[in-house]
Amino acid sequence: MRLTVNGAQHHLVGLDPRTTLLDVLRERLHLTGAKKGCDHGQCGACTVLLDGRRVNSCLILAITQPDARVTTVEGLGHRGEPHPVQQGFLEHDGFQCGYCTPGQICSAVGMLDEVAQGWPSAVTESDSEDLLADAEIRERMSGNLCRCGAYPNMVPAIREAAGR
Amino acid sequence: MTNTLSRAVGSPLARLEGPAKVSGAARYAAEYPQDQMAYAWIVPSPVPRGRLDAVLTDPAEEDDVLVVLWHGNAPHLEKSDDPELAVLQSDRIAYRGQPVALVVARTLEGARRAAQVVQLDITAEDHDVELRADHPDLHTPDEVVPGVPADTATGDVDAALATAPATVDVTYSTPALHNNPMEPHATIARWDGEDLVLYDSNQHPSGIAKTLGTVFGLPAERVHVIAEHIGGGFGSKGSARPNAVLAAMGSWVTGRPVQLALPRQAMFSMVGHRAPTVQRIRIGASLDGELTAIDHESWTQTSRLFEFVESPGVVTRSMYPVPNLRTSHRVVPLDVPTPRWMRGPGEAPGMVALECALDELAIRLDLDPVELRARSANPGYLSCLRRGAERFGWSGRDNRPRQRREGDWWIGTGMAGATYPANAMPSTARVRALGHDGYEVAIGAADLGTGARTILAQIAADELGVPVDDVHIRIGDSTLPVASVAGGSSGSASWGWAVTGACRALRESGDDEATFDTTELVGKMPTDRHAYGAHFAEVRVDAVTGEVRVSRLFGMYDTGRILNPRTARSQFIGGMVMGIGMALHEESVLDPALGAWVNHDLAEYHIPAHADVEQIDAEWLDEPAADLNPMGAKGIGEIGIVGSPAAIVNAVWHATGVRIRDLPVRLDKLLPSL
Repeated sequence: MRLTVNGAQHHLVGLDPRTTLLDVLRERLHLTGAKKGCDHGQCGACTVLLDGRRVNSCLILAITQPDARVTTVEGLGHRGEPHPVQQGFLEHDGFQCGYCTPGQICSAVGMLDEVAQGWPSAVTESDSEDLLADAEIRERMSGNLCRCGAYPNMVPAIREAAGR
Repeated sequence: MTNTLSRAVGSPLARLEGPAKVSGAARYAAEYPQDQMAYAWIVPSPVPRGRLDAVLTDPAEEDDVLVVLWHGNAPHLEKSDDPELAVLQSDRIAYRGQPVALVVARTLEGARRAAQVVQLDITAEDHDVELRADHPDLHTPDEVVPGVPADTATGDVDAALATAPATVDVTYSTPALHNNPMEPHATIARWDGEDLVLYDSNQHPSGIAKTLGTVFGLPAERVHVIAEHIGGGFGSKGSARPNAVLAAMGSWVTGRPVQLALPRQAMFSMVGHRAPTVQRIRIGASLDGELTAIDHESWTQTSRLFEFVESPGVVTRSMYPVPNLRTSHRVVPLDVPTPRWMRGPGEAPGMVALECALDELAIRLDLDPVELRARSANPGYLSCLRRGAERFGWSGRDNRPRQRREGDWWIGTGMAGATYPANAMPSTARVRALGHDGYEVAIGAADLGTGARTILAQIAADELGVPVDDVHIRIGDSTLPVASVAGGSSGSASWGWAVTGACRALRESGDDEATFDTTELVGKMPTDRHAYGAHFAEVRVDAVTGEVRVSRLFGMYDTGRILNPRTARSQFIGGMVMGIGMALHEESVLDPALGAWVNHDLAEYHIPAHADVEQIDAEWLDEPAADLNPMGAKGIGEIGIVGSPAAIVNAVWHATGVRIRDLPVRLDKLLPSL
């Protein structure tokens, strides 16, 4: 099957049908930016963008995604020029151990796109004007766990990346 | 020293590995590609106690499987000081989840499947997994940690309590808690001839090389442990865990590099946890708040394999000067996984009991909780109390509970003291002049996300009198000079001391290379010194649902000189976030019938998520402790979780009038009284 990851096309031969997208990325393509924290869709460390939307790559069997376009943390930004979310995480010390960080960053990129499209969250009220208020960012990012407790630094990092 | 101008230390330098971490380039243990790598998967015991008689492999899986190891066919291992590492050596099962077999297969999917369908022939035995304060097998341990006695007594506690004008006599309990670093324990093992190479996620490369050497009958220098980046540990990676031994064993037998990454569920059994505690605390005081007596008793559990004693009473021995003081620890071995260190071991649960009991005393005496503590506080702690109260906006607090209501929310504030010992351990560092390329500083330290790499570069830059960019730090490798564990909040003091010594030796000698061992100096440092702090919390409690939210959490710390305010703040607030988890969310529930942690994953073991953390901040006095080490630093990695849970529990009482003495504060415990 074919898989396009960060713009590069890969032909995967002899793929075990049980293989998750996360394990294809990590074990076959050696793109280890996507992390395995729980393998059950509970922690968000494996978050990547699949056709532009954030997904838990540990919950997706690779063979179900022929011709998909995947963006991992390695595909964000350019050489010497980080993506604004990556830059925000650097400036605000939005991480410590760094293991949840690629997932947080991919999730934030996907989330900002959802906000740009006007998607509500669980805390959005009918009269909400700012979909990137702190409470909104926290709610929208709650699928990505961080055991180091760097959340308070991620919120301004994400807000600034959105240009607020 | 010609360079007295400190330029780098104290500046908010961004962590050096930041660009690698945000781009996915930073490599963790399971991320080093190997030729012909095989994958291992552990078969955990499905019973908490019994005997394993045989292991039968499903023939349908044979295409994928290279070997299934169990005690019937596993290589012999040498004994180490940790019986947990004698994996696949005996038919005895000591806890549910203990590794009883290891599948090594060509693919990850094959290993996982084969491990699921392996048949275990087990003779199960009756088990006992329930901690009770009246358990008949409770005993007094020889020590709670090496050199620290289980029991202490000064003065006449019983007489002082009997005559004290005011007393509290309360029992607090804390649940089992699991460290759950985001990166599960993982190892890639490879044998290069007779030498063992381990890419392993751990807090102590030097120590793990030594331990694995013992287990495999090799000198430490024949074991090469690489731990460049570590996805958190919080104590659970402080010493070798079964994953490292099993991966090395699998590699030895198959002749291939073997990757063993634990699934999250296994993180609840074989890598340690904070044991549950029951603590009875009695305090006697004069009517104006002078503490006259404290009796702090605690009960906890350990496994049948290894006696690890969670020691909540130790913190009470130094927190407040009390003329009549007694502390005691009792432990019972049960058919449960072995508890180990978890951030603030002893201190975190101990300060729940002590600081919540003091809150209860303040209420009884009609004293402000800050004022009660201020009467017994040393100067550093007192400054934290005063400045913390000021920064938080404590003054003017109505000390009566259940007075402030906004809509459906009861609102209240609470506070608690904090402390952690100022530790240092012997370490060795080496520095080399590289000519135009600057200097290489090498030490077998580990950066779990603490910022160790960064502060060591700052320390070296100042000692060498060069910009930080000229310093190249090498850590995370056991072939570098021997370093102490990244634990006990001791990394900066221990490694920074060695780096300082090596840099000074280089400058003084004029040579191109210098090495410095701190063993002698560390042996002379004072051992009774502590960091202090004060935590302040504001909570709101939903009167209808019992939901508790931490609206504000603030920590003020006396932790010596702060080497890097940016990474230090992250450590403080990170500890406080874990304190929110301890107060409100986290508990591992052991089913007495199955002997299993029933909530053994991140959907059911609740660590704080983004939405749980609102306003949180930390500040510090930044007064160097010059007599401790050349940097004047005290550790900061753990103090954030010490006392912050008590501040939240006390705030819940102030908001609602409901005193919860059994952590975590769940809504079902609050609701009947709201």
